[in-house]
Amino acid sequence: MSTADTGTSLKPEEVRTADEERAAVAAASAAPSGPGGLGAAAASLGTRVGLPAAVAGVIIGLWYFVSEVVLNSYQRFMLPPPHRVLEVGFLTWSNFTALVSALGTTAEVTFSGLAISIVLGVGTALLMSQAKWVENALYPWAVVLQTVPILALTPFLSFFFGFALTSRVIVAVIIAFFPIVSNTLFGLQSADHGMHDLFSLHKASRWTRLWKLQFPAALPAMFAGFRVSAGLAVIGAIVGEFFFKQGQPGLGTNMSVYTSLTEGEQLWASVLTASALGIAVFVFFGWLSRRVVGRWYHPERR
Amino acid sequence: MTTATRAPALRFSGVTKRFSGGTTALAGADLEVAPGEFVSVVGPSGCGKSTLLRIASGLDDITGGSVEVGTKRLGYVFQDATLLPWRTVRQNVALFAELERMDKAEREEKIAAALELVGLTGFERHLPHQLSGGMRMRASLARSLVLDPEVFLFDEPFGALDEITRERLNDELLRAHRLRAFAALFVTHSIAESVFLASRVVVMSPRPGRVIADIPVPFGYPRLPGLRYTPEFGALCGEVSSHLRSV
Repeated sequence: MSTADTGTSLKPEEVRTADEERAAVAAASAAPSGPGGLGAAAASLGTRVGLPAAVAGVIIGLWYFVSEVVLNSYQRFMLPPPHRVLEVGFLTWSNFTALVSALGTTAEVTFSGLAISIVLGVGTALLMSQAKWVENALYPWAVVLQTVPILALTPFLSFFFGFALTSRVIVAVIIAFFPIVSNTLFGLQSADHGMHDLFSLHKASRWTRLWKLQFPAALPAMFAGFRVSAGLAVIGAIVGEFFFKQGQPGLGTNMSVYTSLTEGEQLWASVLTASALGIAVFVFFGWLSRRVVGRWYHPERR
Repeated sequence: MTTATRAPALRFSGVTKRFSGGTTALAGADLEVAPGEFVSVVGPSGCGKSTLLRIASGLDDITGGSVEVGTKRLGYVFQDATLLPWRTVRQNVALFAELERMDKAEREEKIAAALELVGLTGFERHLPHQLSGGMRMRASLARSLVLDPEVFLFDEPFGALDEITRERLNDELLRAHRLRAFAALFVTHSIAESVFLASRVVVMSPRPGRVIADIPVPFGYPRLPGLRYTPEFGALCGEVSSHLRSV
């Protein structure tokens, strides 16, 4: 790319982007070792899809082993074999509709909790970023909120917010809040000194500095926080459903019912569905992050 | 200026700078830069060269002496290009103009002119990570040129570049200087660069920094790239070097 310095007439089309350059380097280094670019692409697909699939195979194998060999027929309710979970938990119509409806409720609690966490968490971090004393005053309490056992809060929450969805959402918020605060704050403080100098030189206001420097600089870290918190919000929703059982049953409500009824197939179907919800929100935030900051933020190049 | 002798663009008189940690960066630095003059500053690492620039720009304050800056239109190029990675070249070049609340139409015009001057026309929509180090520095120069600076501060801007790119950017900087006639204070580690660019080379002592030599460079402008390889140029570099070694 140093050819660009030879003159001013260079067209933008002639500039190789860093990505192209990286691809070229990768292709060049792959070439002597085997069949070339195609082989490298196949190898990369293999590691992206093949490895997780292999791990899934191992897990299913272990599952069968524990279920059929380790557990005897009286104990098998604890971990029924995968095909039974599929048959009873997912492919039996009445169970399937119950599962889908529970998933809907859990998703609602998850997304409400996550949305509230994002608003409160980003807001708190913005406040903290504006004055050290605010950070000093609030940060320890954010940590406390993260570490407090939810079990201990249930009487208190039920007293003020009842035993239904509101309390569940609050549990999700409590669990999902901290990573958003800590990541956003870290991001807001991540702009380097030189960049701050640019704004100091021109006597930029606090607001301008926040909006034009700190906030955009924070976006990659914020999205990393959202992604972690999205998974935690699912956990929070399910934990909340364990304790607050009034109103629409969610996956957690059902899990606790199936546990007491020793309905292993439906229990594990609920567990798998909850995991799928967690994975879905995780993947969604990964995608959103690439959409918003992927154009300029490339962690692998840092 | 209506006074008989033109007021300097930049004047440091007995400037001292002591950091709160106790380090004294500058101890009585005296330096004047006339309007339109190009002055280089060389000195050992940590002698307070950069501090001089930070003081001139108001980023740092002084603990003694006085500083006069004859203008509010100040250009500043740092060691790193310090481009905001989420902004395109054009948006980066617009930054100072935005911060100074320059009128929109004027801004557009000045941005186009600055991009043209540094040879980045056609790269407006590129992001910093898509550019070479030399091009990032050009964008950094353009960002200040948009303000039409009367005083331009350079803090080892080309130190991280390869020799060929550096020489080319030196040539182009002189072209910009000829066209825009700003007063320049150029801090560098390279003796050859200091002599090639400036009409005066100021040598600073090790920390705490003071000015220990002020060497006029007799070559006129415009300077051709070949000047670097003439015996006279070499002799002058030798003189600057001997001052640096004498301390």
